[in-house]
Parts: sequence; structure tokens; C-alpha cells
Amino acid sequence: MEKFTRLTSIVAPLDRANVDTDQIIPKQFLKRIERTGFGEFAFFDWRYLEDGVPNPDFILNEDRYRNANILVGGRNFGSGSSREHAPWALMEMGYKSIIATSFADIFRNNCMQNGLLPVILSESEVDTIMARALRGSGYKVTVDLETQTVTDDQGLNASFEVDPFRKNSLLEGLDDVGITMSLGEVIDSFEEKRTARW
Amino acid sequence: MAKTMFEKIWEQHIVAEPEGQPALIYIDLHLVHEVTSPQAFEALRLTNRKVRRPDLTISTVDHNLPTDGTRNEVIKDPIARIQVDTLRKNCEESGVVLYDIDSEAQGIVHVIGPEQGYTQPGMTIVCGDSHTSTHGAFGSLAFGIGTSEVEHVLATQTLRQAKPKTMEVRFNGELNKGVTAKDMILAAIGTVGTAGWTGYVVEYTGDAIKKLDMAGRMTVCNMTIEGGARAGLIAPDDTTFDWMKGRKFVPKGDAFDAAVAEWRELATDEDAEYDELLEIDCDSLEPYVSWGTNPGQVAKVTDRVPSADDFENPADVSSAKHALEYMGLTGGTQIEDIAIDRVFIGSCTNARIEDLRSASQIVKGRTVASTVRAQIMPGSTLTKILAEKEGLDQIFKDAGFEWRESGCSMCLGMNPDILVPGERCASTSNRNFEGRQGKGGRTHLVSPAMAAAAAIAGHFVDVRYWETE
Repeated sequence: MEKFTRLTSIVAPLDRANVDTDQIIPKQFLKRIERTGFGEFAFFDWRYLEDGVPNPDFILNEDRYRNANILVGGRNFGSGSSREHAPWALMEMGYKSIIATSFADIFRNNCMQNGLLPVILSESEVDTIMARALRGSGYKVTVDLETQTVTDDQGLNASFEVDPFRKNSLLEGLDDVGITMSLGEVIDSFEEKRTARW
Repeated sequence: MAKTMFEKIWEQHIVAEPEGQPALIYIDLHLVHEVTSPQAFEALRLTNRKVRRPDLTISTVDHNLPTDGTRNEVIKDPIARIQVDTLRKNCEESGVVLYDIDSEAQGIVHVIGPEQGYTQPGMTIVCGDSHTSTHGAFGSLAFGIGTSEVEHVLATQTLRQAKPKTMEVRFNGELNKGVTAKDMILAAIGTVGTAGWTGYVVEYTGDAIKKLDMAGRMTVCNMTIEGGARAGLIAPDDTTFDWMKGRKFVPKGDAFDAAVAEWRELATDEDAEYDELLEIDCDSLEPYVSWGTNPGQVAKVTDRVPSADDFENPADVSSAKHALEYMGLTGGTQIEDIAIDRVFIGSCTNARIEDLRSASQIVKGRTVASTVRAQIMPGSTLTKILAEKEGLDQIFKDAGFEWRESGCSMCLGMNPDILVPGERCASTSNRNFEGRQGKGGRTHLVSPAMAAAAAIAGHFVDVRYWETE
């Protein structure tokens, strides 16, 4: 997994509630057997017009957000389908962190597994970031996982919660499966007891 | 100490709970399908890891299959074909059983698990699919996971999970005729919204739940994820055990009796406490129809489509505005005045034999409206065979329905079954997201009876007043 430590970047705003994973990566692109190749299809129905030309009305197509590595979204971001293709697609689009007031559980887990940091802030903090990102161009924030803060140069200083285990995995870029496999004997003995009972 | 059903199952499955870490819980049953598994198997190969318990893992193909009678031929879409072939190869290499297209046991993964008797009370069940919550209808802790977690379960048969909070959702009173399990869950999600249960495991209780048959309970649990909870459970009882008895992988004879005795112990203790309670009065429920682009945007069939101004929260106003525009609806329109072009009876929510029976009663002796194309995709091949034995296929075909093959089909349109832009569909599935059934397609979520009646009438009708033969 990619490490996540500290990131300063332009913020791209997507001011919509309940952005579901069907929007993030539509079903016709789920047929690939690789983890890559999804980025160009992210937000497909919103992002492109009928003839495949980028939709000028879709905010993430605007030049001023092109190099953003941080996305700020509405509440319940990533709802719906469990498809991990959604964080894969967002990461290929360039995003490394998403800020919102809430995330759907499975999506949040999937992000954590890939080094895409989901950050939950209060409604007023998200509103502030959204408004500043929408206002001009070049608005940046710094997401710092070590200190669990989001800051900007206009006085924003927000803190967020993160599970200590997940935090460590993200900071170190650790492989979850590897950590669990080191507990092989514990699993063996649990299995022995359980198999005897069932 | 008194415990909830969730706590009992959770505690029985804790393998390790290291200080400061989420618990490592054991997984009893891992369901696999072609869409969310290839990258997980590939990761195992790259790291020289093996599937730890192929005997606790089962797979089927459901998302990509055509339903038009051509599934035994080569799948036309080359990318879909590779995905299905990849699952075949992965199962063969790892020793995981695959219910392929030629098997009677093939079907939507959440239909076949219970149907074959794999799904049992007290189990932990996962699948790379959010509608895994379906299996909670049997009193199992079942939830959807992503592909990295699929890899984790394949390699270790465990999963790292933070302990969720618990909520009791109590359905009081009695359902009126024509009001179904689908309406109960649509009403509940309409009340709490699509994120209302985030972070919780829901246990459904109350008289109306106890009276539901297993298909109805599966419908309720299936859509738990649409309220944001990953898992929803119902205490197993005689209805559960009667339904399970005799199924292929359910214990037989004395072993069954012993299992039932254990399963009865799972129910939440009388004095146990949940973190939250939501009560819903079933006497006042009507058939529901979704009008928007998430499953929380629903209305009673006798109501009108709301206007964006009817909402207070700015996010809700903006959501409603987008939804109405996408759906091509005007606030104030009577739900019954909405004309439809397509009907889809299918999906892991509502394509079981009981659902097909319910729809057939509405359809019997009638004809699909000339403006409507109506299709039925049974939840599994076995369901299809059973329905044909009962003559249900003939009732549907006589009325002008297309009787097709099993698979996820138009619930998400990964196969060729999709809506064209602007088409409006009465659907028994679970999600009305933009583009879910095809780009520009407009989905209205309803029960099988409501979908069947809409097919005949050409628009939504209140199925409570529908006369059946």
C-alpha cells in the first residue's frame, strides 16, 4: 500500500451529498481484472458529453482543479456498492485524500486499504473548505496524518479522528494481509477449537 | 451479562483483539463472484499466498451473464468473458467450488447461499458485494467488503473489524394487504436516509418482522446497506428452521436438531440493550415508490412527488433538485400518474420464488400494457426451474412478460440488459442511483406486486385495491 504522511495540495470541490460509487465508477468499467485502468472513467456520466468530450459544466474538469490531489465532498460520500474500483479510480485521477462530513463504511475501508485518506471534518469546517475551494483558484490545504490536522493559510486548523491501527498502517504503508498472517498460529488454534465444535 | 444477537455472534468469532487494534474476527463463509475477486486472487499469486480455506469459500457467476438464452454460448462482450473465465481459472487453481452457468445451483450469490443451505444462523458471512447483508435474515452476521478485504479473507479466513454500534429497528403492528417487506424497508430508509445507519449493525424486530416469510426477511436485510448499515439481522425462529430444513448443506437428522437448539440461543437476551432504537408503525404503511436517485427518496403510492422546496436542509434541497431533474419529474405529480416504459422483476432483493408467486397473482389473466416492456429474471437457475414447475412462467408469458434467465442483470446493467436514456423503469431491485440501470435510465424502486401491477396498467397503481383471480 502507498504511504500517506503529509500532503499539501490544491483542493477540488464536489458539492454534492450522497455521491455513490456508481457515479464514481459506473458498472460498465468494472469488468477489468486489473487494479488499474479506471482513472479515465471516473465520474464518467458527469465528466463526459455524449461524444466523449469533457463536459465543461462538470466542476472537476475545470483547469483550476486539474492538479488537485485533495477532493472535498458532501455528506455520505461513497455510498452504495462495495466496488473497490471506486478508490482505485479516484487515485488514478490524482486524488490522495478526500474530505467530507461523512463517508459510507465500505468505501471508507476500501480507501484505507489503498492509502487514499478519508478525512471526516465538521459541517462548518467542510463548508469553509468547500467555499474557499469554489471561490478562486489555487486554494490549498495541508492534510497531516501524523498530527491528524487539516490546515490552510487562511487560519483553518481542523483536527480529525483516525483509528490508531489504520493510522500506523497508512504512515508505514503496511500490508494488512502480511500483519494478519504473522498471527497464523492464533488463527490455527481458533480454527481447531471451532472445527471441533462444529 | 445480557447480550444482543450481534454481540453473541461477534464474541464467538473473535480470533484476536490486540490492544489498540480492531478485532480480528473469523469468517465462516466467504462468497465470491466474478467482478470483485480477480484482483484479490491475483494479489495472492503475486505474494505466493494460498487460499487458506477453499472449503469455506464458494463462488458463482452472476453479474456479467446475459439473460436472453445465450449464456451457454461464448459471452459476446470480450472483457466480460475474460472476467468470467478468470474466475473459472482462479477457482480451479485454488480448489474453490464454482457454481457455473451449467449448474442448477447457479444464481445471484445472495439467492443461492440460502437456497443451497450454506447460509446458517450464527455464522459470519462476507462477500465482495454490499448486498451481503441479505444473509442476516437467518441471524448471521453478514456484510459486504472490498476487494482488498476479499484478498485478506482468502489468505487468512479472518477480517479486521472495528466493532460497530447496534440499533434495534422495531416494526410494530401489522401490514395491510398488498403492503410487503419491500415497503417496510423502503419506509425505513425513507425515514432515516441513506446514511442514517452508518456505523451500526441493525437488528430488525417486532411483530411484523416475525410474521414475514424468509423471502420477505431477506428483502428487508438486503436493503439494510441502503440505509448505511453494513449488516442487518433477524433472530432465527421456526420460520427460519422450517425454511432451512432439508436444504443441501443444512445439517440433517439429529445434527439438525442439535443445530436448531444452538441457533435458538442466538436471539437477543431480554435485558440486552442496543445503542439506538427506531420504531416504525406498520399499520400506516402503504406501498412505496421511489421518486429520486437514492433509496431514501421515496413516497407512498397515494402521495405526490415532492418539490425541492419541501425540504429544509440545504443538502436535501439540492439533492432533490438534482434528482427531480434527472428523473424528469415535476414536484406535485401524483405518483399514480407516473407512466413507465419498462418493468424489471429481478435482483437479490426480490427475485425469489415467493416474489415471483406474488407478482404472478397480480398478472394472472391480464396483459402487459402496450407501452411497456416487462422482464423477469429469476434469482437463480433453481428458482427458475421451480417457477416453471409451478406454471408461473406461463402466466407471465401469457401476459406478455419476457421470461429470462437468472443473474444480477438490470439491477446494475453490467450485462447487456440496460435502459436507454430517458426510459423509466419500475424495478424490484435496490438502487435507483443515476445511471445504475443504464446511462440516463430512470429507476423507481417498488415491490414485485407493485412492479407487476405497473406493467399491466402502464403506470403506478395502488396494489392494495388490485383485484386478483
